[in-house]
Amino acid sequence: MGGKSEPAKSESMATTTTSPDLINSSFFSFKSLKLKTKQQELLLRISILGLVYILAFIARLFSVLRYESMIHEFDPYFNYRTTLFLTEKGFYEFWNWFDSESWYPLGRIIGGTLYPGLMVTAALIYWALRFLRFFVHIREVCVLTAPFFASNTTLVAYFFGKEIWDTGAGLVAAVLIAICPGYISRSVAGSYDNEAVAIFALLLTFYLFVKAVNTGSLAWALASAFGYFYMVSAWGGYVFIINLVPLYVLVLLITGRYSMRLYIAYNCMYILGMLLAMQIRFVGFQHVQSGEHMGAMGVFLLMQVFYFLDWVKYQLNDTKLFQTFLRITVTSAIMVGGIALGLGTASGYISPWTGRFYSLLDPTYAKDHIPIIASVSEHQPTAWSSFMFDYHILLFLFPAGLYFCFKRLSDATIFIVMYGLTSLYFAGVMVRLILVATPAVCLISAIAVSATVKNLTSLLRTKQKVSQTGSTKGAGSSKASSKVTLDQSQPFQKNGAIALLVGVFYLLSRYAIHCTWVTSEAYSSPSIVLAARGAHGNRILFDDYREAYYWLRQNTPTDAKIMSWWDYGYQITAMGNRTVIVDNNTWNNTHIATVGRAMSSNEDEAYEIMRSLDVNYVLVVFGGVTGYSSDDINKFLWMVRIGGGVYPVIKEPEYLVNGEFRVDKGASPKMLNCLMYKLCYYRFGELTTEYGKPPGYDRARGVEIGNKDIKLEHLEEAYTTSNWIVRIYRVKPPTNRL
Amino acid sequence: MKQSSVVDLLLLLLTIAVLATPAFSDLVLSKVERRIDVTSQFARVTKTLKVVNPGSESVSEFMLIFPKFLGNNLAYLSVKTKRPVANLSVKKADPKGIPDSISVYSVGLPKTLSKGDTLTLEVVATFTNVLQPFPEKITQGEIHLVMLQESSQYLSPYTVESQSLSIKLPNARIESYSKLENTKLQGSELKYGPYKNLSPFSYSPIVVHFESKAAFSVAEKLVREIEVSHWGNVQVTEHYNVVHRGAQLKGEFSRLDFQARPNPRGASAFRHLLARLPPRAHSIYYRDDIGNISTSEMQSDSKKTELLIEPRFPLFGGWKTFFTIGYGLPLSDFLFASEGKRFVNISFGSPMIDLVTEKLIVQVVLPEGSKDISVTTPFAVKQSREIKYSHLDIAGRPVVVLEKDNVVLDHNQHIQVYYKFSNINLLSEPLMLISGFFVLFITCIIYTRADFSISKSSPTYLAKLQWDEVLATLQEVQSIIQKCLAAHDKLEASLRDLSRTGDIQTCKAARKSTDSLLKDLSKELKPLQGFLQSSPSASHISPKVEELVVKEKELQEKLMAKHTTVVEGYEKKSSGRDIENRIASQQQKIIALRQEIEDLLEFIDEI
Repeated sequence: MGGKSEPAKSESMATTTTSPDLINSSFFSFKSLKLKTKQQELLLRISILGLVYILAFIARLFSVLRYESMIHEFDPYFNYRTTLFLTEKGFYEFWNWFDSESWYPLGRIIGGTLYPGLMVTAALIYWALRFLRFFVHIREVCVLTAPFFASNTTLVAYFFGKEIWDTGAGLVAAVLIAICPGYISRSVAGSYDNEAVAIFALLLTFYLFVKAVNTGSLAWALASAFGYFYMVSAWGGYVFIINLVPLYVLVLLITGRYSMRLYIAYNCMYILGMLLAMQIRFVGFQHVQSGEHMGAMGVFLLMQVFYFLDWVKYQLNDTKLFQTFLRITVTSAIMVGGIALGLGTASGYISPWTGRFYSLLDPTYAKDHIPIIASVSEHQPTAWSSFMFDYHILLFLFPAGLYFCFKRLSDATIFIVMYGLTSLYFAGVMVRLILVATPAVCLISAIAVSATVKNLTSLLRTKQKVSQTGSTKGAGSSKASSKVTLDQSQPFQKNGAIALLVGVFYLLSRYAIHCTWVTSEAYSSPSIVLAARGAHGNRILFDDYREAYYWLRQNTPTDAKIMSWWDYGYQITAMGNRTVIVDNNTWNNTHIATVGRAMSSNEDEAYEIMRSLDVNYVLVVFGGVTGYSSDDINKFLWMVRIGGGVYPVIKEPEYLVNGEFRVDKGASPKMLNCLMYKLCYYRFGELTTEYGKPPGYDRARGVEIGNKDIKLEHLEEAYTTSNWIVRIYRVKPPTNRL
Repeated sequence: MKQSSVVDLLLLLLTIAVLATPAFSDLVLSKVERRIDVTSQFARVTKTLKVVNPGSESVSEFMLIFPKFLGNNLAYLSVKTKRPVANLSVKKADPKGIPDSISVYSVGLPKTLSKGDTLTLEVVATFTNVLQPFPEKITQGEIHLVMLQESSQYLSPYTVESQSLSIKLPNARIESYSKLENTKLQGSELKYGPYKNLSPFSYSPIVVHFESKAAFSVAEKLVREIEVSHWGNVQVTEHYNVVHRGAQLKGEFSRLDFQARPNPRGASAFRHLLARLPPRAHSIYYRDDIGNISTSEMQSDSKKTELLIEPRFPLFGGWKTFFTIGYGLPLSDFLFASEGKRFVNISFGSPMIDLVTEKLIVQVVLPEGSKDISVTTPFAVKQSREIKYSHLDIAGRPVVVLEKDNVVLDHNQHIQVYYKFSNINLLSEPLMLISGFFVLFITCIIYTRADFSISKSSPTYLAKLQWDEVLATLQEVQSIIQKCLAAHDKLEASLRDLSRTGDIQTCKAARKSTDSLLKDLSKELKPLQGFLQSSPSASHISPKVEELVVKEKELQEKLMAKHTTVVEGYEKKSSGRDIENRIASQQQKIIALRQEIEDLLEFIDEI
């Protein structure tokens, strides 16, 4: 073939054979794209993660958009107050802060009785922003801390998922946890509570520990010790870590998965974690002295015994001798451990388990022994409906994920299985612990989703590939290619896979819809402002709490002491800036019982108690006008119970009629004359609340009250909010003796 | 206090009578008309004075005097002449021989009054805190009574020939008033006089006790921050410390009585405050220390924006509250340029109607980089400078701080703050942001590109290096194999062409070029394969690569064989079906091989 004629020919070819060229070029471009699959995948992964990060943040902003940027609930107000103090006065002042504004006359050592992690985190973010010349208000930082950490949690979930399964599972886990209602409930903007950062810290610690076990690297173990330190500084739930990790190690030891990696990871994490945790004043020596932490120490010693035995076995080279040695060592080790524990407990060096810990293991414990724990609604056992509400499809995916985990058992999957099962048990015991179980449930469900989708798509993809290669063979060999496609495939496999995939995506989309709905409807209302729909569909706000607190702040003497039930303590100190007798840090049961006793005594006796506590104002929450049901009358039985627990003068049956709690005419005389009843219903008998009902009709309980002619002798009404939700009474000074 | 002030006055009159000071020129006021308006919480006094100079000396100064207890509460004083209309300068004077219980203000006259000249002066004075609640403490149901003390005769250092006084009371109950000669009560207007030929320093105290329905809202402190942004916005933030200065509430506050219909009890409290904001005010908010307050209403038209705010709780006598309102204003309405300078022209006082401000602090925050700042105000204020840091500030923004006590609605006049500012400075903040991100990205790039390992000889580091090399080699191998596959496809394509056109020569040419290409590629492949085999960290990969290469070779051979068969078939001019039958078995193998190669490639891809 002459070189001269060639260009012309190729040219003619190009004109005549455009279509195959086109196919070729598209094929090439596909190929050249495929060359960069890695980068493509990376790009896709990073953009998905970025979007999930943003999604996790913005999904939590409902309340800010709907109401305003404000702190929700009760506890966050304390956290906000302390953060404010920290940013204004500095860390040392904060650490040594003795707060005389709460628990009058006892006061409270704030630095020694709180987990500072949250406040320090917010303050650091605040200072960093100011350093970068963004002069934001500390309130904005506090409000947005929880969503910010929720976003970070999604990243940790991704890495965790990657570590225990693969990147796909990691991505799915990140997406699931980003919008899981169980987590959103505690991390919406404004819920500035310890849990906001603690879940991040919890998951981070677990992730780093699993990573350390997988790699046997000291660096990762060290990192996990620091993660643990952060967790200890942030939340009392760290006890879960310090018990779950040893349990996990124990299971690995029993199942014969002991390895040097595990030895390094656990020892480093335990020793360093313990030393670091002891720096937190609230934890201090509890870490080596309290019963809850003893398991970790026991496992630590067991590890050393294991290591020692391993070494002896290596030295001895004689099975029989080793067996005897093993028996002697193990028995003596257990005996020494048992004796040490016994001695420690008997001498009081090791404190026994606390009530909270007991109540976790035994759901009925708190009800019988510690009414103050049982009185909190979030400490109640969880109903099935709330599992469904908070987990939705994850509830079904969880067992499937467990199946996959068991199918591919490794150190990491054993961990996640244990984490999932234990936390799910605790979630069943207490409503609020659903939060702790959420990351595990999301991760295990993610494994289920990812593994299923992966299997299905690989089915689809193999088919596509065969048919694709067939098509590139062109028309000349169509018969042959059709033959190839026909063999090695089961009937309807492809259709089945497609149907299943569609099913999975349908489920996931339902999950997304459900999560958005739950977030918007249930978890995004700040309990401090109540919203209702008016007759014309317009939104009515009941801002009575802030009205009352602000009135206290502006129009009472700065040293006034306010008595109220402990629920409102934090809010009164934070928003009202006044001294309270008891607050949400329920550290002194007797003090709370005294307030409970005052509330449930008659006015004269109550006046004596209030005089002895220097009370100037009494605040009660009353929902009879608006129909707001979580008011003090409905909480009253707990006051009686807690008061009666310390002062046997108060007897619960005296407030009940045939075991029934009533406020109408049939109520017990004790009830009708106690302070709480009088303060709530003072002059309520003259008010017509609902058309067609007699005056004094209590809308929260749907009855006409029993005592309409209430006279107050030692107190006078100081302020009542516009919807009567908060009523404040002034305690009169004693009358002059003539 | 009231009684003591009356006693003071008597003493004062005595002293004056004794002194009969010569310090004042002997002007004569031929006619004095005083009108006192007490329908709001302050007393607004309007006087028309007809001044005559009977003496021989010409006079350029006129003295206004007030008893001290009024003078101390003087919030605003302005003196005007009617024809021609002009504002006269007023300053506080302290002439000798005047007792402490008198405040003196001297008015500079527009032109000196020579003998026989007359001049009419219009004096407007506003006094705060002169309506004293009496009784000082009331219960929720009682009405709010206040007391006014004045003199029925005009206190002046000059002889007054004729004077009259009328007091405009609110349209409500009048408890009592001093009855002198020529006292008349017409509806809600109380009239004293006319009184003729009064000697200098005449004084006859009167007391009026009446019900007031006005809101006694006083801002103990008001901080107005006016932040000028050259991006098009003037942001005004006002922090109010409001207190009800009327009679204090004693005893219970009953919500039931307060809400009772039709006779609510609590008339002495006020629930609302009305702010009249400039037109085009936008992004208005109303909040306090603990959050947003949702009770406010806004109405706006082209002339004004009216904001009706309701504090969290009704304010009874003695009750306090604190709140903040903020709004944005369009820059073009307030910023002007003159003589190379810019100036902000903005109202000084609070936009709240019926609010007396005891201490007003106005902070005008100018953009960062403003220079040559000067202020002009229509009345005397205390000035100082501060620096404020806001978002993205480095040097801080200059703040002009103006302070004034006892501010009433009459002070709502415009002040001008002049400054120089170059527009280049506007760009500094966006540039800072851009450079911030730039630095961030650069650090990321450097971090990913640079090698930060501490020990360059540690085994893990070396292993990592080697592994990177292996990965690079693998990628090369992959690309070569891909090229081979592409060459195969070309070959197939040439066969298809052949079946369509029957051009054997082109087909052969294609074959030849592919052959040489494949040979080159396999040559390139050799050293890579060798490297993979020698590298220890690639031990688990090299067999796969090996397999891949072998499979590819096999595929090549098969393809070549097929090609040869087909071309031969065409050369022999056999029928298409015949050729197809002959290559059928080869075709199947080729497809299977191809599949295997793709699988292997995918496997390598996933490493």
